[in-house]
Amino acid sequence: MNFYNEMYDANGGVRAHYKGYEDWLKATPPERIERKRAEADLAFHRVGITFAVYGEEAGKERLIPFDIIPRVIPSTEWKALQSGLRQRVKALNMFLWDVYHDQEILKAGIIPAEQVLNNAQYRPVMKGVDVPGGIYAHITGVDIVRAGEGEFYVLEDNLRVPSGVSYMLEDRKMMMRLFPELFAKHKVAPVQHYPDMLLEKLRAVAPQGVSNPTVVVLTPGAYNSAYFEHTFLAQQMGVELVEGRDLFVKDEVVYMRTTQGPQRVDVIYRRLDDDFMDPTVFREDSSLGVPGIIRAYQAGNVTLANAVGTGVADDKSIYPYVPEMIRFYLGEEPKLNNVPTYMCRKPDDLAYVLDHLPELVVKEVHGAGGYGMLVGPASTKEQIEHFRKLLIDKPDGYIAQPTLALSNCPTFVEEGIAPRHLDLRPFVLSSGECVNMVPGGLTRVALTKGSLVVNSSQGGGTKDTWVLED
Amino acid sequence: MLSRTADHLFWMSRYIERAENLARLLDVTWQMSMVPQSEEAANQNWNAIIVLNSLEEAFAAKYSVVNGENVLKFMVSDPDNYSSIHSCLRLARENAHAVRGTLTTEMWETLNYTWLEARDRSFEQLLSAGISDYFEWVKVRSSLSRGTTLGTLLQDEAYNFIRIGTLLERADNTARILDFKYHVLRPLGDEGATDFYEWGALLRSVSAFEVYRKVYRDAITPDRVAELLILNKDMPRSLHFCMNSVIKNLDLIANRQSGETARQAGLLHAQLHYGRIEDILAQGLHEWLTDFMDRIYLLGDGISKDFLVPMAEVA
Repeated sequence: MNFYNEMYDANGGVRAHYKGYEDWLKATPPERIERKRAEADLAFHRVGITFAVYGEEAGKERLIPFDIIPRVIPSTEWKALQSGLRQRVKALNMFLWDVYHDQEILKAGIIPAEQVLNNAQYRPVMKGVDVPGGIYAHITGVDIVRAGEGEFYVLEDNLRVPSGVSYMLEDRKMMMRLFPELFAKHKVAPVQHYPDMLLEKLRAVAPQGVSNPTVVVLTPGAYNSAYFEHTFLAQQMGVELVEGRDLFVKDEVVYMRTTQGPQRVDVIYRRLDDDFMDPTVFREDSSLGVPGIIRAYQAGNVTLANAVGTGVADDKSIYPYVPEMIRFYLGEEPKLNNVPTYMCRKPDDLAYVLDHLPELVVKEVHGAGGYGMLVGPASTKEQIEHFRKLLIDKPDGYIAQPTLALSNCPTFVEEGIAPRHLDLRPFVLSSGECVNMVPGGLTRVALTKGSLVVNSSQGGGTKDTWVLED
Repeated sequence: MLSRTADHLFWMSRYIERAENLARLLDVTWQMSMVPQSEEAANQNWNAIIVLNSLEEAFAAKYSVVNGENVLKFMVSDPDNYSSIHSCLRLARENAHAVRGTLTTEMWETLNYTWLEARDRSFEQLLSAGISDYFEWVKVRSSLSRGTTLGTLLQDEAYNFIRIGTLLERADNTARILDFKYHVLRPLGDEGATDFYEWGALLRSVSAFEVYRKVYRDAITPDRVAELLILNKDMPRSLHFCMNSVIKNLDLIANRQSGETARQAGLLHAQLHYGRIEDILAQGLHEWLTDFMDRIYLLGDGISKDFLVPMAEVA
């Protein structure tokens, strides 16, 4: 397989946008780099930028490995990506409005109705609910990879509670602290205004008639894997970080319990899945949510960001239809590529997939976080046979895609500097007609040689992402 | 501010203060154990620490003998003992973790780093490195935590709850030490010579030895020690000083239902503000201190009900 290297071209020459960095790296003594890497580790530990891993001892925290070689994107490439992301997120929001209102796209036969309406992520409680500005996905994390020839693909859209933005911000802070000289030499587009931008968006979608909304961040609690990020964002925006038990609903209005008595809440940036939001509507056993909050939401007395029911648009079984959505709602040709996808619920596709398992990536339709997937070329015979059984048992639970030759980038690993595969997750913010993002996003890197899985839960690390200004 | 946030701040500050007080008490006892004395007398001093913290049962469940090493191990490093320095530092950090967004970066890093350091040191390492160094370290970390709070935190409600937690904990601790030591060192009716070293140690445990000299310029007598630790309004670890600060901070966070708690705090404060040591001693120091500790406890309880536990759901 041919991999696209972010730093070097096929002839081993340094790509123009990496020239400055490469010169610096060559000129910097290895001892200094080593010392800086140790310093970064210690600083991350002391600051407590950690995440918890599910299935490990409760409360145990791990550091996400941080790599000091940045991922550099030239501005021309970023401009193209940005325009494609705007288009895509706009269409996804229009799709969500549509499926919870007139369902034009289903009537037009572009997506099979049962695919949407029978989807576990389709939330009938949202039918006819008019969310402010028609926005469902206020925060979208779009996973983008670059394949063999250097072309970008959207791997998946995360419209529920995408995480990782705090690492994007902390990685930048760390790079600036460790190597200030690099920022003097390069025109790196700043990203630190993300929390301001987010707060502005959240305030913009307050319920009608609220002029000075109270915004809060809702977290499942200190043992959640992304708890650091929840506290970070609340602090950076200067809003309260609440848990479900801090909130209650009275007469379809949401209040938080404060030392001065109940205080009304208008906008909730919730980092809690739909299923746990309201035990009177969704999972009864959820103690993390707020009883009655969905009624308050339906009544328009509180805004949830992201909206309830966005999962129906980022489900892997809906993913193949996104290009069609763009054509249908915007009348434009998609600017970003979708990965060709085999839908195993279609008998022809299933037959093909079963015949080509060793070369495909198989994903659970509702899976996330790199769990429950098969990377054919990297799997043993037993693993492949295991998935074959799963596929035959429950074909509609899976999709398959060709294994993409994910691009790689030089990365510090045990044996020195070696190429490792990476992806990119820009964070796209929407309110009304306006879709914005800070330049770049979070670059995740698979630290295991040859691995194509970049998720932090699977041992992935992160890199600072530089969009170079002209 | 969220009630839960205030609750975490309150307990965060109590635990770090508790760790410091414990380090002070253990350090003084450790220093005292080096003064020539019978083994029985020495062990009595160690036992006092267990009794002072009402941990007789928990200690007996793990150790058969009361001696310096066992008591130190139990009170310094035992993760199962919720009153050990180890546990206090962990709980302070856990409470801070739950509200780290409310703390300044400096405060959070101080508590987080303190815990990470403490966690990685075994009792044997502490002993061989000199346990007094460790107590010193705990005091410094607690001071650092107080310092970052004072130097970086906005003096809003969060600050008020942190101060109240710190001072209630400290008042309780000073009262406890005084009650216990006074009892042990000066049995009823004994007007004989007082043990300079013992009283000196008590003063040192609350950083009041030099203060005593400055204030009285005279020999150490039990009654003056009691006066200093109870009624002196300028001594940062005295009951009067603590209550001064408690009512000031309580006043700043008052809400619709906290009137009774404020009244109780005011009453307690008035007693210290206008009280005389002669009257307190006439009433019986032990009785007086027991009553004080009961009322401090009720005060903590009232603050908890008025501010920290989620309020009744009335809009």
